Amino acid sequence: MTNITLLEAVTQALAYELAHDENVVVFGEDVGLNGGVFRATDGLQLRFGANRVMDTPLAESMIAGLAIGMAAQGLKPVAEFQFMGFSYPALDNILNHAARLRNRTRGRLHCPAVFRMPFGGGIHAPEHHSESTEALYAHIPGLQVVIPSSPARAYGLLLAAIRSPDPIIFLEPKRIYRLVKQEVPDNGVALPLEKAFVLREGSDITLISWGASMHETQQAAEALAQEGISAEIIDIASIKPLDTATIVNSVNKTGRCVIVHEAAKSGGLGAEIAAQIGEKALLSLLAPIQRVTGYDTVMPYFKLENSYIPSVARIIHAAKLTLEFS
Amino acid sequence: MTIATFTIDYYQYLKPDGTLCQPRPLDLNDKTLLKLYRLMHLLRIFDGRAINLQRVGKLGTYAGVLGQEAIGVAIGHAMNADDVLVPYYRDYGAQYQRGVAFHKILQYWGGDERGSDFDNAEDFPICVPIASQNVIAAGVATAIKYRNQKRAVVTTIGEGGTSEGDFYEAINVAGAWNLPVVFVVNNNQWAISVSRGQQTHSQTIAQKAIAAGFSGEQVDGNDVIAVHERVRIALEKARNGGGPTLIEAITYRLCDHTTADDASRYRPKEELEKAWLEEPLVRLRTYLTAQKLWDDSKEEALLLECRKEIDKDVDIYLNIEIAPVTDIVDYMYAKWPESLKDQRDTLLQFGDSHHD
Repeated sequence: MTNITLLEAVTQALAYELAHDENVVVFGEDVGLNGGVFRATDGLQLRFGANRVMDTPLAESMIAGLAIGMAAQGLKPVAEFQFMGFSYPALDNILNHAARLRNRTRGRLHCPAVFRMPFGGGIHAPEHHSESTEALYAHIPGLQVVIPSSPARAYGLLLAAIRSPDPIIFLEPKRIYRLVKQEVPDNGVALPLEKAFVLREGSDITLISWGASMHETQQAAEALAQEGISAEIIDIASIKPLDTATIVNSVNKTGRCVIVHEAAKSGGLGAEIAAQIGEKALLSLLAPIQRVTGYDTVMPYFKLENSYIPSVARIIHAAKLTLEFS
Repeated sequence: MTIATFTIDYYQYLKPDGTLCQPRPLDLNDKTLLKLYRLMHLLRIFDGRAINLQRVGKLGTYAGVLGQEAIGVAIGHAMNADDVLVPYYRDYGAQYQRGVAFHKILQYWGGDERGSDFDNAEDFPICVPIASQNVIAAGVATAIKYRNQKRAVVTTIGEGGTSEGDFYEAINVAGAWNLPVVFVVNNNQWAISVSRGQQTHSQTIAQKAIAAGFSGEQVDGNDVIAVHERVRIALEKARNGGGPTLIEAITYRLCDHTTADDASRYRPKEELEKAWLEEPLVRLRTYLTAQKLWDDSKEEALLLECRKEIDKDVDIYLNIEIAPVTDIVDYMYAKWPESLKDQRDTLLQFGDSHHD
């Protein structure tokens, strides 16, 4: 077995579901012969045909509408938005229809669609290509928002998303699309949604993150380990709904917590996680929760983007503030 | 040099004075015509009752259909049971024929989601965010095409809605993919207070289909024969791989936009009076009477019978028990997330305290 990247794991999961469920249909801008701008659908049209892997006209709201109509007919549409920054014209259909179809028909219709979007900064992309607005989607009742941070979790979570009976926003951290390789058996085994993953157990502090920032978070944990500090690392993975039990268990154990995300601070998912800890584990806390996040600014264009994205140094600094609090 | 030209045809059978301007289509026999006449009356009586219920505080904001009865009634009758309707919010005439009881429509406007859990497995519920239903209809049509089924989709929209991006995105993909979908535009001249002329400089709305690569046509939307015939033909074409059609049905909104609107603020009185001379029921009655198919006693009996039917629906509606508060959460997801259990518990504890 060869090692594959997160991007290749996405392709592998799409191919597995296309091969095993004829109701699965993949579509979006340039996903056909071109294989998508990041090549996430590379080779799928050749293998499965142009009626199952479809290039659409360039219209995001329509892409969402197609997915909703197809899903209501019992298909399992997997729609790609080329970049998260281009998904907003589709928000009307995602929010007003995909997210509420089951509720507003009292279960008569439902919407088993997946909306895939590459997101986040760090690849020196053009303007509007680098935002992290996962909180926007996580705030919408009826949606689930899933973010993988490793090849294995990309494969297992995307399988689960496609098989889910409800609409899923599947955000792919493009900065780590090709960063690491990992063995990912193509066995069709899905990972559970609604679960956070403890990537490393520790006793002194809990480091929480998701998506591309998992990478810096893990590096920070390594550096802390060199100094004898034992950090527990949690990959949230499902940012809506949140696996609060795993978070609370960890904080009950460590008493200290740093939350890391690339998105802007105010109203970000870090705020929700901190609030959940405040509600459910306040008396376990030995120090205030620290958030290491993007700023409440526009995501800088690429010359300055690395000044925006949470760095290892900032995470270590925040961890130390937490550890030294008394 | 000219590299493209187009024509837009206008279809009418029954003129406002109740005489035919061309022979009736063969498939519309007397019996069917009488049925359509009854349905239009039933719808008008329903509509009046709904507005009365709103006025006395027993219904929420309601969108009326007065003057536009022919369109929904014709669509509903022209469709096959296994076609799919993706409507906007003035299509009760079509919905009723497809399994949506009038008490369900009242239940919907009465603030109860269960009104959209009606007796049709595939049709979409009323769509409020303007034009989004059109792109969803394209998705339904894509699924039908993907499965090589001989079925078609009808999606409706008001003329104001055709200014929305979703309308253009929908007709564009329908043309590009040759989708089995019929777009029916209810051009009732007013989008709340904005007139047809303010909406677009396009001579017709039908011609917008030309830009999307398929045919568009105008039909007298107050002529139930014409609407029925053109929708029937468009559906047959769609089911047989002929692709989409855009039908612009010219009518007039004799009512307010909704019960929350007061059209007298913007609609010229003379225009309204003139529009009443062209409404769909009187012309069909005049025709049926001239054909010796109808008379005053039949009219009286029909009105009585329709009122009784609507009375039953109103009675059912007014006696519906309020849904359990857990319905608020229990249809959000296939399974309410474990991590949100405390919210459901809170709802169970306090949710009943706000009821009347």
